Amino acid sequence: MYSQYHVKQLSIFSENRPGRLAAVAKALKEEGVNIFAFSIAEGAGYGVIRALVDQPERALEKLSAIGFPVRFTDVLAVEMEDRPGGLYDAVEVLGRADINIEYSYAYSGRKCAVLILRVEAIDSAAKQLLDAGAKLLEVPQFT
Amino acid sequence: MACWEPRIENMKPEELKALQYRYLKTLVYRLYSFSEFYHSKMRSASVHPDDINSLEDIRKLPFMSKKDLRDGYPDKCFAVPKKEVIRYHASSGTTGKPTVVGYTKNDIENWSTSLARSLTSIGLGSDDVIQVSNTYGLFTGGIGFHYAAEKIGAAVVPASTGNTERQIELIQDLGVTAMAATPSYMLHLGEVAEKMGISIKNDTKLRVGLLGGEPWSVKMRDRIDEWLGVRGFNCYGTSELSGPMFTECSERNGVHIWGDYAYVEILDPETHEPVAPGEKGEMVITMLQKEALPIVRFRIGDVSSIDPEPCPCGRTHPKIKRIFGRVDDMLVVRGINVFPSQVQHTLMSIPELGEHFQIVVERKGALDTMQVRVELKREAFTDNIVQLMALREKISYRLKNSLNVGATVELVEPGTLPRYEGKSKFVVDKRDI
Repeated sequence: MYSQYHVKQLSIFSENRPGRLAAVAKALKEEGVNIFAFSIAEGAGYGVIRALVDQPERALEKLSAIGFPVRFTDVLAVEMEDRPGGLYDAVEVLGRADINIEYSYAYSGRKCAVLILRVEAIDSAAKQLLDAGAKLLEVPQFT
Repeated sequence: MACWEPRIENMKPEELKALQYRYLKTLVYRLYSFSEFYHSKMRSASVHPDDINSLEDIRKLPFMSKKDLRDGYPDKCFAVPKKEVIRYHASSGTTGKPTVVGYTKNDIENWSTSLARSLTSIGLGSDDVIQVSNTYGLFTGGIGFHYAAEKIGAAVVPASTGNTERQIELIQDLGVTAMAATPSYMLHLGEVAEKMGISIKNDTKLRVGLLGGEPWSVKMRDRIDEWLGVRGFNCYGTSELSGPMFTECSERNGVHIWGDYAYVEILDPETHEPVAPGEKGEMVITMLQKEALPIVRFRIGDVSSIDPEPCPCGRTHPKIKRIFGRVDDMLVVRGINVFPSQVQHTLMSIPELGEHFQIVVERKGALDTMQVRVELKREAFTDNIVQLMALREKISYRLKNSLNVGATVELVEPGTLPRYEGKSKFVVDKRDI
Protein backbone atom coordinates (compact mmCIF):
# COMPACT_ATOMS: atom_id res chain seq x y z
CA MET A 1 0.00 0.00 0.00
CA TYR A 2 2.89 2.31 0.73
CA SER A 3 5.36 0.54 -1.54
CA GLN A 4 5.47 3.50 -3.90
CA TYR A 5 7.34 5.34 -1.14
CA HIS A 6 10.00 2.63 -0.66
CA VAL A 7 12.96 4.36 -2.24
CA LYS A 8 15.80 1.98 -3.02
CA GLN A 9 19.01 3.17 -1.47
CA LEU A 10 22.32 1.50 -2.27
CA SER A 11 24.32 0.42 0.77
CA ILE A 12 27.92 -0.44 -0.01
CA PHE A 13 30.43 -2.03 2.37
CA SER A 14 33.85 -0.54 1.92
CA GLU A 15 37.15 -0.83 3.71
CA ASN A 16 38.40 2.41 5.10
CA ARG A 17 41.37 2.99 2.83
CA PRO A 18 42.28 5.52 0.16
CA GLY A 19 40.65 5.08 -3.21
CA ARG A 20 37.60 3.05 -2.24
CA LEU A 21 35.11 5.90 -2.72
CA ALA A 22 36.80 6.71 -6.02
CA ALA A 23 36.34 3.09 -7.07
CA VAL A 24 32.61 3.32 -6.35
CA ALA A 25 32.26 6.68 -8.12
CA LYS A 26 34.21 5.48 -11.14
CA ALA A 27 32.03 2.38 -11.50
CA LEU A 28 28.86 4.51 -11.40
CA LYS A 29 30.34 6.93 -13.91
CA GLU A 30 31.14 4.10 -16.30
CA GLU A 31 27.56 2.86 -16.08
CA GLY A 32 26.15 6.35 -16.62
CA VAL A 33 24.47 6.26 -13.22
CA ASN A 34 23.63 9.64 -11.71
CA ILE A 35 23.95 10.12 -7.96
CA PHE A 36 21.36 12.29 -6.21
CA ALA A 37 22.75 12.01 -2.72
CA PHE A 38 25.17 10.02 -0.70
CA SER A 39 26.62 9.71 2.75
CA ILE A 40 29.37 7.72 4.39
CA ALA A 41 28.99 6.16 7.80
CA GLU A 42 32.17 5.26 9.60
CA GLY A 43 32.63 1.94 11.42
CA ALA A 44 35.95 0.69 12.75
CA GLY A 45 38.25 0.19 9.79
CA TYR A 46 35.37 0.09 7.36
CA GLY A 47 32.56 2.30 6.19
CA VAL A 48 29.11 2.00 4.73
CA ILE A 49 28.54 4.18 1.69
CA ARG A 50 24.88 4.98 1.11
CA ALA A 51 23.67 6.50 -2.11
CA LEU A 52 20.47 7.40 -3.92
CA VAL A 53 20.88 7.00 -7.67
CA ASP A 54 18.73 7.16 -10.78
CA GLN A 55 19.36 3.52 -11.83
CA PRO A 56 19.73 1.46 -8.66
CA GLU A 57 19.58 -2.02 -10.30
CA ARG A 58 22.25 -1.16 -12.78
CA ALA A 59 24.47 0.30 -10.05
CA LEU A 60 23.99 -2.74 -7.81
CA GLU A 61 24.90 -5.13 -10.59
CA LYS A 62 28.03 -3.23 -11.51
CA LEU A 63 29.27 -2.77 -7.95
CA SER A 64 28.68 -6.44 -7.13
CA ALA A 65 30.55 -7.45 -10.27
CA ILE A 66 33.64 -5.53 -9.18
CA GLY A 67 33.51 -7.16 -5.76
CA PHE A 68 31.73 -4.78 -3.39
CA PRO A 69 29.18 -6.22 -0.99
CA VAL A 70 26.11 -4.16 -1.92
CA ARG A 71 22.47 -4.33 -0.97
CA PHE A 72 19.33 -2.29 -1.29
CA THR A 73 17.89 -0.62 1.76
CA ASP A 74 14.40 0.90 1.61
CA VAL A 75 14.30 4.49 2.80
CA LEU A 76 11.72 7.27 2.83
CA ALA A 77 12.32 10.58 1.07
CA VAL A 78 10.55 13.52 2.69
CA GLU A 79 10.16 16.67 0.65
CA MET A 80 11.32 19.84 2.34
CA GLU A 81 11.00 23.42 1.28
CA ASP A 82 14.38 24.90 0.40
CA ARG A 83 14.21 27.85 2.76
CA PRO A 84 15.13 28.60 6.37
CA GLY A 85 12.86 26.45 8.52
CA GLY A 86 12.33 23.77 5.87
CA LEU A 87 14.08 21.08 7.90
CA TYR A 88 12.21 22.07 11.05
CA ASP A 89 8.86 21.71 9.32
CA ALA A 90 9.77 18.22 8.17
CA VAL A 91 11.28 16.84 11.38
CA GLU A 92 8.78 18.47 13.67
CA VAL A 93 6.28 16.01 12.20
CA LEU A 94 8.57 13.08 13.03
CA GLY A 95 8.57 13.88 16.69
CA ARG A 96 4.83 14.22 16.78
CA ALA A 97 4.43 10.95 14.89
CA ASP A 98 6.80 9.26 17.37
CA ILE A 99 9.12 7.96 14.67
CA ASN A 100 12.63 6.90 15.60
CA ILE A 101 15.31 7.48 12.99
CA GLU A 102 18.09 4.96 12.40
CA TYR A 103 19.96 7.36 10.20
CA SER A 104 19.24 10.26 7.94
CA TYR A 105 20.86 12.60 5.44
CA ALA A 106 19.63 15.28 3.11
CA TYR A 107 20.23 16.91 -0.23
CA SER A 108 19.10 20.04 -1.93
CA GLY A 109 17.72 19.28 -5.39
CA ARG A 110 16.54 21.48 -8.22
CA LYS A 111 12.89 21.63 -7.21
CA CYS A 112 13.06 21.09 -3.50
CA ALA A 113 15.23 19.83 -0.68
CA VAL A 114 14.91 16.18 0.34
CA LEU A 115 15.36 14.51 3.71
CA ILE A 116 16.22 10.82 3.48
CA LEU A 117 15.14 8.70 6.42
CA ARG A 118 15.90 5.15 7.40
CA VAL A 119 13.35 3.96 9.93
CA GLU A 120 12.53 0.56 11.37
CA ALA A 121 8.87 0.17 10.40
CA ILE A 122 8.80 1.84 7.05
CA ASP A 123 5.10 1.50 6.22
CA SER A 124 3.75 2.73 9.52
CA ALA A 125 6.24 5.60 9.38
CA ALA A 126 5.08 6.48 5.86
CA LYS A 127 1.47 6.41 6.99
CA GLN A 128 2.08 8.58 10.02
CA LEU A 129 4.14 11.07 8.04
CA LEU A 130 1.44 11.38 5.38
CA ASP A 131 -1.27 11.69 8.02
CA ALA A 132 0.72 14.43 9.70
CA GLY A 133 0.79 16.33 6.43
CA ALA A 134 4.32 15.59 5.20
CA LYS A 135 5.02 15.16 1.50
CA LEU A 136 6.80 11.93 0.53
CA LEU A 137 8.54 11.52 -2.80
CA GLU A 138 7.57 8.44 -4.79
CA VAL A 139 9.91 5.96 -6.46
CA PRO A 140 9.33 7.16 -10.06
CA GLN A 141 10.55 10.61 -9.07
CA PHE A 142 14.03 9.11 -8.67
CA THR A 143 14.46 7.76 -12.16
CA MET B 1 37.10 -51.88 0.70
CA ALA B 2 40.21 -52.61 -1.31
CA CYS B 3 43.58 -52.71 0.37
CA TRP B 4 46.86 -52.14 -1.51
CA GLU B 5 49.04 -54.38 0.70
CA PRO B 6 46.72 -56.18 3.14
CA ARG B 7 49.52 -58.33 4.57
CA ILE B 8 51.25 -55.20 5.87
CA GLU B 9 48.33 -52.82 6.37
CA ASN B 10 46.36 -55.26 8.54
CA MET B 11 49.37 -56.67 10.39
CA LYS B 12 48.89 -57.38 14.12
CA PRO B 13 50.21 -54.47 16.21
CA GLU B 14 52.82 -56.63 17.99
CA GLU B 15 54.08 -57.98 14.67
CA LEU B 16 54.31 -54.44 13.35
CA LYS B 17 56.36 -53.43 16.38
CA ALA B 18 58.71 -56.37 15.85
CA LEU B 19 59.09 -55.38 12.21
CA GLN B 20 59.78 -51.76 13.19
CA TYR B 21 62.45 -52.89 15.65
CA ARG B 22 64.20 -54.99 12.99
CA TYR B 23 64.22 -52.03 10.60
CA LEU B 24 65.50 -49.71 13.31
CA LYS B 25 68.33 -52.04 14.28
CA THR B 26 69.41 -52.39 10.64
CA LEU B 27 69.17 -48.62 10.18
CA VAL B 28 71.41 -47.69 13.11
CA TYR B 29 74.06 -50.24 12.15
CA ARG B 30 74.05 -49.01 8.59
CA LEU B 31 74.29 -45.35 9.59
CA TYR B 32 76.92 -45.91 12.26
CA SER B 33 79.05 -47.84 9.80
CA PHE B 34 78.59 -45.89 6.58
CA SER B 35 77.53 -42.29 7.30
CA GLU B 36 80.04 -39.80 8.61
CA PHE B 37 77.26 -37.44 9.65
CA TYR B 38 75.24 -39.98 11.67
CA HIS B 39 78.34 -41.68 13.02
CA SER B 40 79.61 -38.46 14.59
CA LYS B 41 76.11 -37.55 15.77
CA MET B 42 75.77 -40.89 17.56
CA ARG B 43 79.30 -40.68 18.94
CA SER B 44 78.65 -37.27 20.44
CA ALA B 45 75.49 -38.64 22.06
CA SER B 46 77.55 -41.61 23.34
CA VAL B 47 75.28 -44.18 21.78
CA HIS B 48 76.37 -47.27 19.90
CA PRO B 49 74.14 -49.50 17.73
CA ASP B 50 74.61 -52.23 20.36
CA ASP B 51 72.69 -50.01 22.79
CA ILE B 52 69.54 -50.28 20.68
CA ASN B 53 67.85 -53.45 21.90
CA SER B 54 64.19 -52.56 21.68
CA LEU B 55 61.98 -50.18 19.79
CA GLU B 56 61.80 -47.96 22.89
CA ASP B 57 65.59 -47.64 22.85
CA ILE B 58 65.12 -45.27 19.94
CA ARG B 59 65.01 -42.59 22.64
CA LYS B 60 68.74 -43.01 23.17
CA LEU B 61 69.36 -41.63 19.68
CA PRO B 62 69.94 -37.90 19.20
CA PHE B 63 67.32 -35.66 17.56
CA MET B 64 67.66 -34.31 14.07
CA SER B 65 66.19 -31.06 12.83
CA LYS B 66 65.84 -28.93 9.75
CA LYS B 67 68.98 -27.15 10.92
CA ASP B 68 71.06 -30.31 10.40
CA LEU B 69 69.89 -30.42 6.80
CA ARG B 70 70.57 -26.71 6.31
CA ASP B 71 74.03 -26.96 7.82
CA GLY B 72 74.67 -30.04 5.72
CA TYR B 73 73.62 -28.32 2.50
CA PRO B 74 73.49 -29.74 -0.06
CA ASP B 75 74.21 -33.42 0.66
CA LYS B 76 76.37 -33.86 3.76
CA CYS B 77 73.62 -35.86 5.45
CA PHE B 78 73.29 -38.29 2.55
CA ALA B 79 74.23 -41.87 3.41
CA VAL B 80 74.73 -43.46 -0.03
CA PRO B 81 77.33 -43.00 -2.78
CA LYS B 82 76.27 -40.32 -5.29
CA LYS B 83 75.75 -42.83 -8.09
CA GLU B 84 72.86 -44.38 -6.16
CA VAL B 85 70.95 -41.10 -5.98
CA ILE B 86 68.40 -40.95 -8.77
CA ARG B 87 66.53 -37.80 -7.85
CA TYR B 88 66.75 -34.54 -5.91
CA HIS B 89 64.04 -32.29 -4.57
CA ALA B 90 64.55 -29.05 -2.68
CA SER B 91 62.44 -27.18 -0.17
CA SER B 92 61.56 -23.54 -0.64
CA GLY B 93 63.97 -22.19 1.96
CA THR B 94 61.71 -19.42 3.21
CA THR B 95 63.97 -18.78 6.18
CA GLY B 96 67.32 -18.76 4.43
CA LYS B 97 69.10 -21.62 2.74
CA PRO B 98 66.92 -24.23 1.10
CA THR B 99 67.33 -27.88 2.01
CA VAL B 100 67.99 -30.58 -0.52
CA VAL B 101 66.63 -34.11 -0.27
CA GLY B 102 67.85 -37.07 -2.32
CA TYR B 103 66.31 -40.41 -3.30
CA THR B 104 67.57 -43.83 -4.31
CA LYS B 105 65.51 -46.09 -6.54
CA ASN B 106 64.15 -47.82 -3.42
CA ASP B 107 63.29 -44.47 -1.83
CA ILE B 108 61.15 -43.49 -4.82
CA GLU B 109 59.52 -46.93 -4.82
CA ASN B 110 58.71 -46.79 -1.10
CA TRP B 111 57.40 -43.24 -1.36
CA SER B 112 54.96 -44.09 -4.13
CA THR B 113 53.95 -47.38 -2.48
CA SER B 114 53.20 -45.54 0.76
CA LEU B 115 50.95 -43.05 -0.98
CA ALA B 116 49.44 -45.78 -3.19
CA ARG B 117 48.31 -47.59 -0.03
CA SER B 118 46.78 -44.34 1.23
CA LEU B 119 44.98 -43.49 -2.01
CA THR B 120 43.59 -47.04 -2.07
CA SER B 121 42.43 -46.64 1.54
CA ILE B 122 40.33 -43.66 0.41
CA GLY B 123 38.69 -45.87 -2.22
CA LEU B 124 40.53 -44.53 -5.25
CA GLY B 125 41.58 -46.94 -7.98
CA SER B 126 41.92 -47.53 -11.69
CA ASP B 127 38.51 -46.03 -12.48
CA ASP B 128 39.59 -42.65 -11.18
CA VAL B 129 40.95 -39.60 -12.93
CA ILE B 130 43.22 -37.70 -10.56
CA GLN B 131 44.18 -34.11 -11.26
CA VAL B 132 47.39 -33.13 -9.51
CA SER B 133 47.17 -29.40 -8.86
CA ASN B 134 50.19 -29.23 -6.60
CA THR B 135 53.32 -27.65 -8.01
CA TYR B 136 55.51 -29.98 -10.02
CA GLY B 137 59.24 -29.43 -9.86
CA LEU B 138 61.50 -29.07 -6.87
CA PHE B 139 58.49 -29.23 -4.56
CA THR B 140 57.52 -32.83 -3.77
CA GLY B 141 53.75 -32.28 -3.74
CA GLY B 142 53.17 -32.59 -7.48
CA ILE B 143 55.31 -35.50 -8.58
CA GLY B 144 54.61 -37.44 -5.36
CA PHE B 145 50.90 -37.72 -6.08
CA HIS B 146 51.65 -38.29 -9.74
CA TYR B 147 53.69 -41.45 -9.13
CA ALA B 148 51.24 -42.87 -6.58
CA ALA B 149 48.20 -42.19 -8.77
CA GLU B 150 49.86 -43.95 -11.71
CA LYS B 151 50.81 -46.84 -9.43
CA ILE B 152 47.19 -47.55 -8.52
CA GLY B 153 46.25 -47.39 -12.19
CA ALA B 154 44.34 -44.12 -12.08
CA ALA B 155 44.62 -41.65 -14.95
CA VAL B 156 46.69 -38.62 -13.98
CA VAL B 157 46.11 -35.07 -15.12
CA PRO B 158 49.40 -33.32 -14.25
CA ALA B 159 47.90 -29.84 -14.09
CA SER B 160 50.34 -28.37 -11.55
CA THR B 161 49.42 -24.93 -10.17
CA GLY B 162 48.03 -21.86 -11.85
CA ASN B 163 45.65 -21.16 -14.73
CA THR B 164 42.59 -22.01 -12.71
CA GLU B 165 40.09 -21.54 -15.57
CA ARG B 166 41.97 -24.16 -17.60
CA GLN B 167 42.04 -26.49 -14.59
CA ILE B 168 38.25 -26.24 -14.31
CA GLU B 169 37.84 -26.98 -18.03
CA LEU B 170 40.01 -30.09 -17.63
CA ILE B 171 38.02 -31.23 -14.60
CA GLN B 172 34.85 -31.03 -16.71
CA ASP B 173 36.19 -32.37 -19.99
CA LEU B 174 38.24 -35.29 -18.64
CA GLY B 175 35.75 -36.31 -15.95
CA VAL B 176 38.23 -35.72 -13.13
CA THR B 177 37.09 -37.53 -9.95
CA ALA B 178 39.82 -36.55 -7.48
CA MET B 179 42.14 -33.63 -7.10
CA ALA B 180 45.33 -33.09 -5.10
CA ALA B 181 45.69 -29.48 -3.97
CA THR B 182 45.98 -27.20 -0.97
CA PRO B 183 42.63 -26.58 0.75
CA SER B 184 42.87 -22.85 0.01
CA TYR B 185 43.39 -23.60 -3.66
CA MET B 186 40.36 -25.91 -3.59
CA LEU B 187 38.26 -23.01 -2.31
CA HIS B 188 39.82 -20.62 -4.82
CA LEU B 189 38.93 -23.08 -7.58
CA GLY B 190 35.34 -23.13 -6.33
CA GLU B 191 35.18 -19.33 -6.43
CA VAL B 192 36.63 -19.14 -9.95
CA ALA B 193 34.24 -21.88 -11.15
CA GLU B 194 31.28 -19.90 -9.82
CA LYS B 195 32.45 -16.81 -11.68
CA MET B 196 32.58 -18.96 -14.82
CA GLY B 197 29.00 -20.09 -14.15
CA ILE B 198 30.10 -23.66 -13.29
CA SER B 199 29.07 -25.51 -10.16
CA ILE B 200 31.77 -27.99 -9.09
CA LYS B 201 29.05 -29.89 -7.26
CA ASN B 202 26.54 -30.18 -10.10
CA ASP B 203 28.55 -29.78 -13.28
CA THR B 204 31.62 -31.97 -12.59
CA LYS B 205 32.48 -35.48 -11.38
CA LEU B 206 34.98 -34.19 -8.82
CA ARG B 207 34.22 -35.93 -5.51
CA VAL B 208 37.52 -36.38 -3.66
CA GLY B 209 39.97 -33.72 -2.53
CA LEU B 210 43.47 -34.83 -1.50
CA LEU B 211 44.23 -31.81 0.59
CA GLY B 212 47.24 -30.74 2.61
CA GLY B 213 50.30 -28.55 2.69
CA GLU B 214 48.82 -25.95 5.03
CA PRO B 215 46.80 -25.90 8.23
CA TRP B 216 43.08 -26.33 7.70
CA SER B 217 40.17 -27.05 9.95
CA VAL B 218 37.29 -29.52 10.01
CA LYS B 219 34.99 -26.53 9.41
CA MET B 220 36.85 -25.77 6.21
CA ARG B 221 36.50 -29.43 5.23
CA ASP B 222 32.75 -29.27 5.87
CA ARG B 223 32.48 -26.16 3.75
CA ILE B 224 34.32 -27.86 0.87
CA ASP B 225 32.00 -30.87 1.30
CA GLU B 226 28.83 -28.89 1.34
CA TRP B 227 29.60 -26.17 -1.19
CA LEU B 228 31.65 -28.10 -3.73
CA GLY B 229 30.40 -31.63 -3.12
CA VAL B 230 34.03 -32.68 -2.64
CA ARG B 231 35.06 -34.93 0.26
CA GLY B 232 38.34 -33.56 1.53
CA PHE B 233 40.92 -36.04 2.81
CA ASN B 234 43.79 -34.78 4.90
CA CYS B 235 47.24 -35.59 3.50
CA TYR B 236 50.50 -35.60 5.36
CA GLY B 237 54.17 -35.54 4.46
CA THR B 238 57.11 -33.22 4.03
CA SER B 239 60.12 -33.33 1.73
CA GLU B 240 62.26 -34.75 4.56
CA LEU B 241 59.98 -37.79 4.80
CA SER B 242 60.06 -38.01 0.96
CA GLY B 243 57.00 -35.92 0.17
CA PRO B 244 53.27 -36.48 0.60
CA MET B 245 53.20 -40.04 1.93
CA PHE B 246 50.11 -40.54 4.05
CA THR B 247 46.43 -39.62 3.87
CA GLU B 248 43.28 -40.24 5.84
CA CYS B 249 41.47 -43.49 5.06
CA SER B 250 37.78 -43.72 4.16
CA GLU B 251 36.95 -43.04 7.84
CA ARG B 252 38.34 -39.48 7.50
CA ASN B 253 39.30 -39.39 11.14
CA GLY B 254 43.09 -39.23 11.18
CA VAL B 255 46.03 -40.06 8.96
CA HIS B 256 47.49 -43.61 9.01
CA ILE B 257 51.26 -43.45 9.24
CA TRP B 258 52.55 -46.69 7.68
CA GLY B 259 54.61 -48.13 10.50
CA ASP B 260 56.98 -50.09 8.29
CA TYR B 261 58.09 -46.79 6.73
CA ALA B 262 57.86 -44.38 9.63
CA TYR B 263 58.02 -44.57 13.40
CA VAL B 264 56.25 -41.72 15.18
CA GLU B 265 56.95 -40.50 18.69
CA ILE B 266 54.78 -37.87 20.39
CA LEU B 267 56.86 -35.98 22.94
CA ASP B 268 56.51 -33.12 25.33
CA PRO B 269 58.38 -30.28 23.53
CA GLU B 270 60.03 -29.13 26.76
CA THR B 271 60.98 -32.35 28.57
CA HIS B 272 61.24 -34.61 25.49
CA GLU B 273 59.42 -37.31 27.46
CA PRO B 274 56.72 -39.29 25.63
CA VAL B 275 53.24 -37.96 26.39
CA ALA B 276 50.47 -40.25 27.65
CA PRO B 277 48.68 -42.26 24.90
CA GLY B 278 46.24 -40.02 23.03
CA GLU B 279 47.75 -36.79 24.37
CA LYS B 280 49.01 -34.13 22.00
CA GLY B 281 52.65 -33.22 21.71
CA GLU B 282 55.48 -32.62 19.30
CA MET B 283 55.82 -35.25 16.59
CA VAL B 284 59.24 -36.79 16.12
CA ILE B 285 59.61 -39.08 13.12
CA THR B 286 62.10 -41.75 12.16
CA MET B 287 62.02 -43.05 8.59
CA LEU B 288 62.84 -46.72 8.92
CA GLN B 289 63.68 -47.56 5.33
CA LYS B 290 65.04 -44.39 3.75
CA GLU B 291 68.41 -44.83 2.08
CA ALA B 292 69.72 -41.65 0.43
CA LEU B 293 68.76 -39.20 3.16
CA PRO B 294 68.09 -41.05 6.40
CA ILE B 295 65.77 -39.31 8.82
CA VAL B 296 66.26 -40.27 12.45
CA ARG B 297 64.23 -38.74 15.27
CA PHE B 298 63.44 -35.76 13.09
CA ARG B 299 61.74 -32.85 14.86
CA ILE B 300 59.25 -32.13 12.13
CA GLY B 301 57.71 -29.26 14.09
CA ASP B 302 54.08 -30.39 13.95
CA VAL B 303 51.95 -30.82 17.03
CA SER B 304 49.60 -33.82 16.93
CA SER B 305 48.53 -36.92 18.84
CA ILE B 306 48.16 -40.63 18.07
CA ASP B 307 44.62 -41.94 18.21
CA PRO B 308 44.74 -44.88 20.67
CA GLU B 309 41.50 -46.40 19.32
CA PRO B 310 41.71 -49.05 16.57
CA CYS B 311 40.48 -47.77 13.21
CA PRO B 312 37.17 -49.21 11.93
CA CYS B 313 38.81 -49.54 8.49
CA GLY B 314 40.78 -52.49 9.86
CA ARG B 315 44.22 -51.01 9.26
CA THR B 316 46.40 -51.43 12.31
CA HIS B 317 48.97 -48.71 11.68
CA PRO B 318 49.06 -45.69 14.00
CA LYS B 319 46.72 -42.89 13.11
CA ILE B 320 47.65 -39.29 13.83
CA LYS B 321 45.01 -36.71 14.55
CA ARG B 322 44.61 -33.53 12.57
CA ILE B 323 47.73 -31.40 13.00
CA PHE B 324 47.05 -29.04 15.87
CA GLY B 325 49.70 -26.50 14.91
CA ARG B 326 53.35 -25.95 14.20
CA VAL B 327 55.84 -25.78 17.01
CA ASP B 328 57.74 -23.11 15.06
CA ASP B 329 54.73 -21.35 13.44
CA MET B 330 53.54 -20.78 16.91
CA LEU B 331 53.33 -17.07 17.57
CA VAL B 332 54.16 -15.78 20.96
CA VAL B 333 52.01 -12.72 21.57
CA ARG B 334 52.42 -11.03 24.92
CA GLY B 335 53.87 -14.27 26.24
CA ILE B 336 50.94 -16.40 25.10
CA ASN B 337 51.32 -19.19 22.53
CA VAL B 338 49.00 -18.61 19.59
CA PHE B 339 48.53 -21.08 16.75
CA PRO B 340 47.09 -19.70 13.49
CA SER B 341 44.95 -22.86 13.38
CA GLN B 342 43.18 -21.79 16.58
CA VAL B 343 42.35 -18.41 15.03
CA GLN B 344 41.10 -20.15 11.92
CA HIS B 345 38.98 -22.54 13.94
CA THR B 346 37.36 -19.69 15.86
CA LEU B 347 36.66 -17.62 12.75
CA MET B 348 35.10 -20.58 10.97
CA SER B 349 32.62 -20.99 13.78
CA ILE B 350 31.10 -17.62 12.85
CA PRO B 351 28.78 -17.94 9.85
CA GLU B 352 29.07 -14.31 8.73
CA LEU B 353 32.76 -14.71 7.87
CA GLY B 354 34.56 -16.06 4.82
CA GLU B 355 37.45 -18.57 4.83
CA HIS B 356 40.26 -16.12 4.40
CA PHE B 357 41.98 -14.30 7.20
CA GLN B 358 45.27 -12.75 8.14
CA ILE B 359 46.98 -12.22 11.47
CA VAL B 360 49.07 -9.05 11.75
CA VAL B 361 51.34 -8.80 14.77
CA GLU B 362 53.02 -5.51 15.62
CA ARG B 363 54.89 -4.12 18.53
CA LYS B 364 53.76 -0.72 19.74
CA GLY B 365 56.17 0.53 22.35
CA ALA B 366 56.87 -2.50 24.47
CA LEU B 367 53.51 -4.13 23.83
CA ASP B 368 52.59 -6.67 21.16
CA THR B 369 49.35 -6.05 19.36
CA MET B 370 47.56 -8.64 17.32
CA GLN B 371 45.13 -7.73 14.61
CA VAL B 372 42.96 -10.28 12.88
CA ARG B 373 41.74 -9.26 9.44
CA VAL B 374 38.89 -11.34 8.11
CA GLU B 375 36.66 -11.18 5.08
CA LEU B 376 32.99 -10.45 5.63
CA LYS B 377 30.77 -12.76 3.58
CA ARG B 378 28.94 -10.91 0.83
CA GLU B 379 25.54 -12.05 2.06
CA ALA B 380 26.34 -11.09 5.66
CA PHE B 381 26.71 -7.41 4.85
CA THR B 382 24.11 -5.26 6.45
CA ASP B 383 23.38 -1.59 6.10
CA ASN B 384 23.20 -1.40 9.85
CA ILE B 385 26.47 -0.12 11.32
CA VAL B 386 25.41 -1.16 14.80
CA GLN B 387 25.04 -4.77 13.70
CA LEU B 388 28.42 -4.71 11.98
CA MET B 389 29.98 -3.33 15.16
CA ALA B 390 28.30 -6.06 17.18
CA LEU B 391 29.69 -8.69 14.80
CA ARG B 392 33.16 -7.25 15.25
CA GLU B 393 32.76 -7.39 19.00
CA LYS B 394 31.52 -10.97 18.84
CA ILE B 395 34.61 -12.00 16.87
CA SER B 396 36.93 -10.21 19.33
CA TYR B 397 35.19 -11.86 22.23
CA ARG B 398 35.39 -15.37 20.76
CA LEU B 399 39.06 -14.90 19.83
CA LYS B 400 39.90 -13.68 23.29
CA ASN B 401 38.12 -16.69 24.76
CA SER B 402 39.94 -19.26 22.68
CA LEU B 403 43.39 -17.62 22.51
CA ASN B 404 43.58 -16.00 25.96
CA VAL B 405 45.02 -12.93 24.31
CA GLY B 406 43.12 -9.95 22.94
CA ALA B 407 43.02 -9.12 19.26
CA THR B 408 41.55 -6.22 17.35
CA VAL B 409 39.37 -7.33 14.49
CA GLU B 410 39.11 -5.71 11.12
CA LEU B 411 36.35 -6.67 8.71
CA VAL B 412 37.47 -6.45 5.12
CA GLU B 413 35.76 -6.75 1.74
CA PRO B 414 35.42 -10.28 0.37
CA GLY B 415 38.16 -11.24 -2.06
CA THR B 416 40.69 -8.69 -0.84
CA LEU B 417 43.00 -10.70 1.42
CA PRO B 418 45.95 -12.31 -0.34
CA ARG B 419 45.36 -15.78 -1.75
CA TYR B 420 48.30 -17.84 -2.76
CA GLU B 421 48.16 -20.73 -5.12
CA GLY B 422 50.12 -22.75 -2.64
CA LYS B 423 50.45 -22.13 1.04
CA SER B 424 48.17 -19.45 2.40
CA LYS B 425 49.94 -16.65 4.14
CA PHE B 426 48.16 -16.37 7.43
CA VAL B 427 50.63 -14.42 9.50
CA VAL B 428 52.33 -11.07 8.96
CA ASP B 429 54.76 -10.44 11.78
CA LYS B 430 55.91 -6.82 11.70
CA ARG B 431 57.72 -7.01 15.01
CA ASP B 432 61.36 -6.06 14.96
CA ILE B 433 62.50 -8.12 17.90
